[in-house]
Amino acid sequence: MPLLQTRGLTAFYGDFKALYGIDTTLEKGETIAIIGANGAGKSTFLKAIAGLIHGAADSVLLDGSPIGARPAADIVKLGIALVPEGRRLFPSLNVEENLLIGGYGRKAPGPWTLDRVYAMFPILKERRVSATPTLSGGQQQMAAIGRALMSNPRILLCDEISLGLAPIIIADIYAALPQIKAEGTSVVLVEQDIVQAMKVADRVYCFQEGRLSLTGRPRDLTREQIHRAYFGS
Amino acid sequence: MTGWLDALIQGVLLGGLYALFAAGLSLMFGVMRLVNLAHGDLIVLAAFAILFIASKLGLDPFVAVLVAIPILFVIGFALQHVLLNRALGRDLLPPLLVTFGLSIIIQNGLLQVFSADSQRLRSGAIETSSIQLGGGIAVGVVPLLTLLSAIAVIVLLNLIFYRTPIGRAFRATSDDLEVAQLMGVDIRRIFAVAMGLAFVVITIAALYLGLRANFDPTIGPARLLYAFEAVIIGGLGSFWGTLAGGIVLGLAQTIGARIDPEWQILAGHLAFLVVLVLRPRGLFPRAQD
Repeated sequence: MPLLQTRGLTAFYGDFKALYGIDTTLEKGETIAIIGANGAGKSTFLKAIAGLIHGAADSVLLDGSPIGARPAADIVKLGIALVPEGRRLFPSLNVEENLLIGGYGRKAPGPWTLDRVYAMFPILKERRVSATPTLSGGQQQMAAIGRALMSNPRILLCDEISLGLAPIIIADIYAALPQIKAEGTSVVLVEQDIVQAMKVADRVYCFQEGRLSLTGRPRDLTREQIHRAYFGS
Repeated sequence: MTGWLDALIQGVLLGGLYALFAAGLSLMFGVMRLVNLAHGDLIVLAAFAILFIASKLGLDPFVAVLVAIPILFVIGFALQHVLLNRALGRDLLPPLLVTFGLSIIIQNGLLQVFSADSQRLRSGAIETSSIQLGGGIAVGVVPLLTLLSAIAVIVLLNLIFYRTPIGRAFRATSDDLEVAQLMGVDIRRIFAVAMGLAFVVITIAALYLGLRANFDPTIGPARLLYAFEAVIIGGLGSFWGTLAGGIVLGLAQTIGARIDPEWQILAGHLAFLVVLVLRPRGLFPRAQD
């Protein structure tokens, strides 16, 4: 049984249909990447898994159990944590408080503690009492990833973690992924940076206007296939 | 000269009462962005609750308030969970209408149950006792206790907000409702806890309201106005600001009264307007909003 599965996942924003029957699977320990152009429905897909928007209950399954109708606060307790697009750290909380609140709802024992996050991102320890708006974009992204890890999630959902960052910073952020995977955490990456996504993902799903346009393992996919799936033809 | 010094001291002490009125309002606005138009009536309701407990159980108001606090916490929690959570949302109007309605319901409910008679909490000799400071200046024990209680409430609220996990959850929820849920914060529950806490503060404010002056079911809205002014003067979202706001208001009123007794209330409102003109975000606004 897959760890996480979406079956015919459909999502709406009011009357606007953002996702059309998406089928995906995520096995334990696996990393999948969701790629696609702006507005393809990638972030919507993550929000639907994280419980911020709701489809049918059985359109999202965790260990085979339907979780599609559960509120976001329950989903994190089940072991699914989202690193939201644009970081969205809490401005009233300093860096350490932002990390601590990541473990507010789910107090699961696991490898991720304050010390462990600081070991992975030493700059956060230096800036632990800083107000988060004073952090650089890369530091903010590290804090957002650390915050999500503090719940010791079984599945980490990452929404555009390279957005707006310099290439050298992106490399730093992505260097953390192997450490996260080594702890047995499964990862769902939403990325516009296809090259980066293909490097780390075991499998890739390409979305186009709310529909799944291509699935496969990175090494099996050709440039032309991806180009067509990305932009349409 | 002594008269002016006395006015300053009494003003600061009166400010303690206004800070207590305002602290609950500040908490509600800070956590859930709720503008509670029933706040003054809730203070009066709590004063009647203390009166009822004190007279039925034959307790001193200072003891009765300890009985009232857990009861009012539960009432606040339930009020938020059952009613106000449904009114809160993107639109600012529903909570205003609901709390306005609540204000009318509480006033009329209290009139039905307790009649329009003026009431007072009685605590024996402490009500009239005072401490001589020398030079002809004395401070009343109850006004002094009011200010000390206000400071204690502000210190405790700051400890809760800045030193505990639930305080982090309060601040995170206030910052970003959606992402707070991603942290496992149950918004409806956290709002209900915040309202319960606000009701504890309301109950403490009610004790001093009832000890210092007469109250009846209709005086709530005027207390609401003072509480609002104190919160706005201090700056939204800062508890110490709220204390400062209460003291500014109290000082303005006693200084106004010193010039001419008829100017007491007006002077408070004028001070409020002056602060609004000079510092529209209050004396101690939050860094980011």
